[in-house]
Amino acid sequence: MSETIAYIMMTVGVLFDLLGCVGLVRLPDVYNRLQAATKCVTLGTCMILLGVFVLTGFTAMGIKALICMFFILITNPTSAHALARGSHKAGVPLWPGSVIDEYQEIQEKKS
Amino acid sequence: MRAFIQFFVLFGLWLLLTWSLQPADLIAGAVVSVIVVALMGNMFIQRATNILNPVRIFWMLFYIPYLLWYILWANIDVAYRVINPSMPIRPGIVRFKTGLKTDMGKTFLANSITLTPGTLTVDIVGDEFFVHWINVKFDGDPKKQGEEIAGKFERIIRRIFE
Amino acid sequence: MSVLMMIYIWALVISAFLCLYRIGMGPTPPDRTVAIDNLGTIVVGFCAFLSLFTGKDFYLNIGISWSLLAFVGTIALAKFLERRSFDE
Repeated sequence: MSETIAYIMMTVGVLFDLLGCVGLVRLPDVYNRLQAATKCVTLGTCMILLGVFVLTGFTAMGIKALICMFFILITNPTSAHALARGSHKAGVPLWPGSVIDEYQEIQEKKS
Repeated sequence: MRAFIQFFVLFGLWLLLTWSLQPADLIAGAVVSVIVVALMGNMFIQRATNILNPVRIFWMLFYIPYLLWYILWANIDVAYRVINPSMPIRPGIVRFKTGLKTDMGKTFLANSITLTPGTLTVDIVGDEFFVHWINVKFDGDPKKQGEEIAGKFERIIRRIFE
Repeated sequence: MSVLMMIYIWALVISAFLCLYRIGMGPTPPDRTVAIDNLGTIVVGFCAFLSLFTGKDFYLNIGISWSLLAFVGTIALAKFLERRSFDE
């Protein structure tokens, strides 16, 4: 029973990894790519690690998978945030079809 | 008190990573933890005794599955937008004000926003969040946008970190 | 279950190649940085499968240190993109 759950989790995780990378190739600008990539790849890898934990239980391997999942869940959104701010300050424009950019107005007011 | 809590957090992490109870491992872990506390003690969170407060621990334990549920939704949403051949996206950067005061609370709110449907925190200036939204609703109405993006997390995070 | 394991590994290889495409073709430097960060996270998934496949747990140690090092590298690159000094 728990083995089936673990394999379902890993399948879902691998599927999300694949979809996140497809989004990385298909979407039009840095910020949209960052959205697809960060969310899908973070959850995908966390699902794989959770599957490893369910399959092995409370052994050295399972606990390490849990710690690894915790680190990924903490660090990945932070690096996405730093990258978004860095690319906006480096002057990478939004996709022409974007609706609104209130951050740009603040930057212009400051300078 | 703060140094003791930091020592036990580090030592617990060491025990989980090595996963053995032999005396040599225990002594090495204790020595390394003491050195790290002595060198980096001032980089630990400021009000560390809050970790021991049972009410906060309860809300934290409630918050994790709540967040995971929204993360799952976010992924299905983004995956749908990616596979759909016409790509129904309407991106833009919006801003809203938050009521949270502490840095820890703001950090957690920003990370939660990044992991949930279609939103990505770009910058925090004072108490204003700038968020990249993949499907902008309510053009130029910061209050409604803030309620839509962060309202559901803000109420719980206030109970944990404020 | 080794057939299933091969399918997983190949799916991850395909996603790694999609990341490599974005690293090679990305029109701006931030695009490449995003792809590099993602490649790091996918490698952690590889490490999890390897440790499950071989039954040895030190591959997960590699995964933990890989994720932390990828985080530090990405932060450094983001600071570099912002054109600020490192001690700020």
